[in-house]
Amino acid sequence: LDFSEHSPDSQVSTRPSNSFVIMDSLLGFVGGDFAILAADANAARSILVFKQDEDKIVPLSKKMAMAASGAQGDRVQFSEYIQKNIVLNELRAGFPMSCVATANFVRHEIASNLRRKPYNVNCLLGGFEAAKGGCLYYVDYFGTMHKMNFACHGHCAAFCLSLFDRHWKPNMTLDEGKELMKKCFTELKVRYLLNMPKFVVKVVDANGVHEIDLAAE
Amino acid sequence: MSYDRAITVFSPDGHLFQVEYAMEAVRRGSTAVGVRGSDCVVLAVERRALAKLQDPRTIRKIVTVDDRCTLAFAGLTADARVLLQKTRVEAQTYRLTCEDAPSMEYLARFIARTQQKYTQRGGVRPFGIATLLAGFSDPEHGEGEGKPVLYQTDPAGTHSSWKAQVIGGRNSKSLREFLEKGYEDGMKEKEAVKLAVQALLEVVDSGAKNMEVCVIRRNETITMEEKDLDEVVKEIESEAEEGKKGGATAASGDE
Repeated sequence: LDFSEHSPDSQVSTRPSNSFVIMDSLLGFVGGDFAILAADANAARSILVFKQDEDKIVPLSKKMAMAASGAQGDRVQFSEYIQKNIVLNELRAGFPMSCVATANFVRHEIASNLRRKPYNVNCLLGGFEAAKGGCLYYVDYFGTMHKMNFACHGHCAAFCLSLFDRHWKPNMTLDEGKELMKKCFTELKVRYLLNMPKFVVKVVDANGVHEIDLAAE
Repeated sequence: MSYDRAITVFSPDGHLFQVEYAMEAVRRGSTAVGVRGSDCVVLAVERRALAKLQDPRTIRKIVTVDDRCTLAFAGLTADARVLLQKTRVEAQTYRLTCEDAPSMEYLARFIARTQQKYTQRGGVRPFGIATLLAGFSDPEHGEGEGKPVLYQTDPAGTHSSWKAQVIGGRNSKSLREFLEKGYEDGMKEKEAVKLAVQALLEVVDSGAKNMEVCVIRRNETITMEEKDLDEVVKEIESEAEEGKKGGATAASGDE
């Protein structure tokens, strides 16, 4: 893809570039009493796969987790930075940040750095609050944020969004959610060029953030 | 010539008056006692009478720095808030850069270093607080678990580890002697709580509502409920009564 453009106008600084194609796949959707996030576990660059058990979903608090995609340097730096700041906020205030506040904090960080030193990171934020139920926020590397029922980042969107359109319904149980996720993985295995043998899947519910193993089921 | 104007100036006999005045501010604060047991640390603070219209939940003298470190302070509350903010940010920054939680000693050293910085610059005054930091140390070579530690810092910027210590209040010297008499190595949680509460009862009126007690265990930090605290106070007082009445040899004895 194109390298960053050098604009003749000195006021406009460079946009974040996708000089390396972001090949990570992120999926997520909201259920009746949970939010579920999945990220492929490949860490790769160009044609080389470094490892196939990379965890790209970080827990931000008991209420929320963030799945991030992008070059590993930016992705890890950004996720850890956000995670530590969410913890700091909680210690300062004495109570945890709400899901909408957390998502907006993430968006703000990306947006304010956009025209300085941009983070080349896409993310999906999944959360659960007892009062409001599950939630999912789609944030991309420009600082776009949308609250959605289901979302994908990366090439998998071309395959999985249609599956979500067809099969997602409000107030799904966790079992129905797991089935839907498995459908997506099967579709990717059959139709997507890149081989992604493992996905890390995490569920955010009333008990916090935990990892589930769909392959074992 | 007055040597207490600017803190950067020593007096002829080697005093830094601003630092000493800051320690006086600490003495004006309410008392905080820390006792290190064999498997826990107890922090007990005096809760001064609140105005009727004030919400007691907003007055907190024992605060969390991070999930492994708890802090009690004596002195100017506003100064404590500022120092606490800096320490919390430092704890998270350490985690971000080193991918590991900071040790208790690191945090104590950071607080002490910050307090010292403010004694050696022009235009600023020292923090008018002393702190007690409670937590567990990292396990040493060959050992499986860390040990409970209690650190104290003061306005001069010194930090040191203590088995039991008291800061704030006018009677800290006599309370320290009381702790020296009553302290034993290897105390369990119950005995450590009792010693801390006993020390505090020397300076506060009897009753659980005049004190706040936190127990820092290996995996959790709990604030004692009023009714549990009341029981401890009752036990101490009944033992004191027995000690006074007869020739009871046991007795926790407070002199």
